[in-house]
Amino acid sequence: MATINSLDDLRKIKAGVQARMTLREHSNTPDQLVQIKVAMATCGIASGAKTVMDFLITELDKRNIEAAVTQTGCMGYCYAEPTIEVTVPGKEPLVFGCVDTKRADLIIEKYIKNGELVEGIIPVNYESIDEK
Amino acid sequence: MHLLVCGGTGCRASESETIFHDLKTTIASKGLENEVQVITTGCFGFCEKGPIVKVMPDNTFYTRVTPADVTEIIEEHVIKGRKVTRLLYINPETQESVSDSKHMGFYRKQIRIALRNCGFIDPENIDEYIGRDGYQALGKCLTEMTPEQVIEMMKKSGLRGRGGGGFPAGLKWEITRASMADQKYVVCNADEGDPGAFMDRSILEGDPHSVIEAMAICGYCIDGSKGLVYIRAEYPLAIDRLKTAIGQAREYGLLGDNILGTGFSFDIELRYGAGAFVCGEETALIHSMEGLRGEPTVKPPFPSVSGYLGKPTNVNNVETFANVPVIINRGAEWFSSIGTEKSRGTKVFALAGKINNVGLIEVPMGISLREVIFEIGGGIKDGKKFKAVQTGGPSGGCLTAKHLDTPIDYDNLIAAGSMMGSGGMIVLDEDDCMVSIAKFYLDFTVEESCGKCAPCRIGNKRLIEILEKICKGNGTMEDLDNLRNLGQVIKDTSLCGLGQTSPNPVLSTMDNFYHEYLAHVVDKKCPSGQCKALLRYIIDAENCVGCTACARICPVNAISGERKGVHIVDQAVCIKCGACLEKCKFNAVFIK
Repeated sequence: MATINSLDDLRKIKAGVQARMTLREHSNTPDQLVQIKVAMATCGIASGAKTVMDFLITELDKRNIEAAVTQTGCMGYCYAEPTIEVTVPGKEPLVFGCVDTKRADLIIEKYIKNGELVEGIIPVNYESIDEK
Repeated sequence: MHLLVCGGTGCRASESETIFHDLKTTIASKGLENEVQVITTGCFGFCEKGPIVKVMPDNTFYTRVTPADVTEIIEEHVIKGRKVTRLLYINPETQESVSDSKHMGFYRKQIRIALRNCGFIDPENIDEYIGRDGYQALGKCLTEMTPEQVIEMMKKSGLRGRGGGGFPAGLKWEITRASMADQKYVVCNADEGDPGAFMDRSILEGDPHSVIEAMAICGYCIDGSKGLVYIRAEYPLAIDRLKTAIGQAREYGLLGDNILGTGFSFDIELRYGAGAFVCGEETALIHSMEGLRGEPTVKPPFPSVSGYLGKPTNVNNVETFANVPVIINRGAEWFSSIGTEKSRGTKVFALAGKINNVGLIEVPMGISLREVIFEIGGGIKDGKKFKAVQTGGPSGGCLTAKHLDTPIDYDNLIAAGSMMGSGGMIVLDEDDCMVSIAKFYLDFTVEESCGKCAPCRIGNKRLIEILEKICKGNGTMEDLDNLRNLGQVIKDTSLCGLGQTSPNPVLSTMDNFYHEYLAHVVDKKCPSGQCKALLRYIIDAENCVGCTACARICPVNAISGERKGVHIVDQAVCIKCGACLEKCKFNAVFIK
């Protein structure tokens, strides 16, 4: 990693990251990556998020679906851990709760492959600072 | 096309399950099951207007749907593509109907500022943080603003300490800046100890860089080059992520010498606590970091003047720091436009107890308890009746049904006999005994008292003895007076915040639920059936058929009786385990 020596350097990195993210979010090309974030705070891990993350990584690979599975912090839905957020290219992100390997399998087969919704969706119930 | 039916408890209580089934069968009868899918979802957080049905992809949001509306939704919206206007949400201000849920900002009661990146970015990747405006605020402060200007901005924003006390953060920074010394310290208080509160852990695990950035900004303002995070060793994942984040920030040169080429140097180290509640108190915390016993000392001198190693030290809590970069980036006016006049911004609460949507929420100050519990929290578990909310943990008190519409902020909570604390909210229902709850919290403070001053060490011990006596049915009216008087003395004479607030759960439950104390003392009864010593399991002679099932299950042989004859519980032997009540098929066993 190169050192950041000025505010301009910082802005460059920010622009780079944002460009990458926007490209991911807004492009409609079919070969785009599916993005999955797994909530991996202590509470999520305690209720099985690690198993789900491992399952997602191996199964997506096995089923030849190009996807980026990353970890993130607590989403706040403790009553529905483990929680994951799935972004299929061209669609809005969806949060699924109570995801065990069985539900993760359904999410891959039905939602990611065919766009069919499966049980366990948690509606977004907050405003981010960008909307405010 | 997708039809999303809210499956939250509130909506389910108003027939959302029937709506779900009717939608499915109607769609099947029209032969549309391949094109239209019906799905139940979690709570939309809009229970007041439930049941909710949302149509995707056009984001139509129907409120107060009844099973009678199902045919119309299918015939009109699904088949003909015309929205059913009468079911749309009406904006109470403009009286216009709103069809697209994206324009229904007002139904989203939460705004995430401190939690802005939690559950959004990868906490172990500094680039993702930078992509979300990360370290921009630090850059702006170092290159475009003087420390005085930053402090002025913090003061204007109205940000108050989120650890419980509510002291204005900007003012604290100003006082620390004014103290002259060769070295000053920035300390982050991550010793989160309230039972049921876990927002600081979530922030450190989900967005560690926001705290690092804010500490560096604070260092710039107070003219300090060293930062210390006091974190409990019970938070191993938070420690790991924080270490990773500090390492990445150092590699990028965002921590260390000559940050962004401005000549400002700042670095952060971790200090581990062993999980003592009193170490959340800033003087005790500082002593613990110095390697001394975690005991508080009298203030003044305040840490801002003489703290860690006798040097001026600025102590802020994790959540307070997490707000700082946003305030710098978006301005004091933006921040102070959220919340109430004396409590600006948002507060993170940990909802726990008898509530459906247990979780972490961030709401603007001034929101009512009713909105938090019944809309965001999805209401009380199993449709039971709301009794009270304990806020502020063992230092706080309870809020009851009469406080449901009080706007939540620092001052209103104190006026209501409770406090903000670090933001734990434990919801209690009709089955909870308030005397036992007071005893639970007091148990905690007695355990956690450092023992330095007599009122806290001895007084709280006496308080809990009286409570135990009352729960066993041996209380007298004199005990109730003693509770109140002793509680007041402990509050007035204890050395630190722990002792000064420890009788609050007792005093506040006595104020709000005096009748429950009376029931325990005068009638020797526990109205919610929680205090075992006050319960009596009795067998009803009319219903008992003499099957002997209860006598056989009883672990202490307290039940006697002939086969086919009425059985009797020997109260002197009974341990009140309730096994007989569960076993009896004839409803003959009851609790008195």
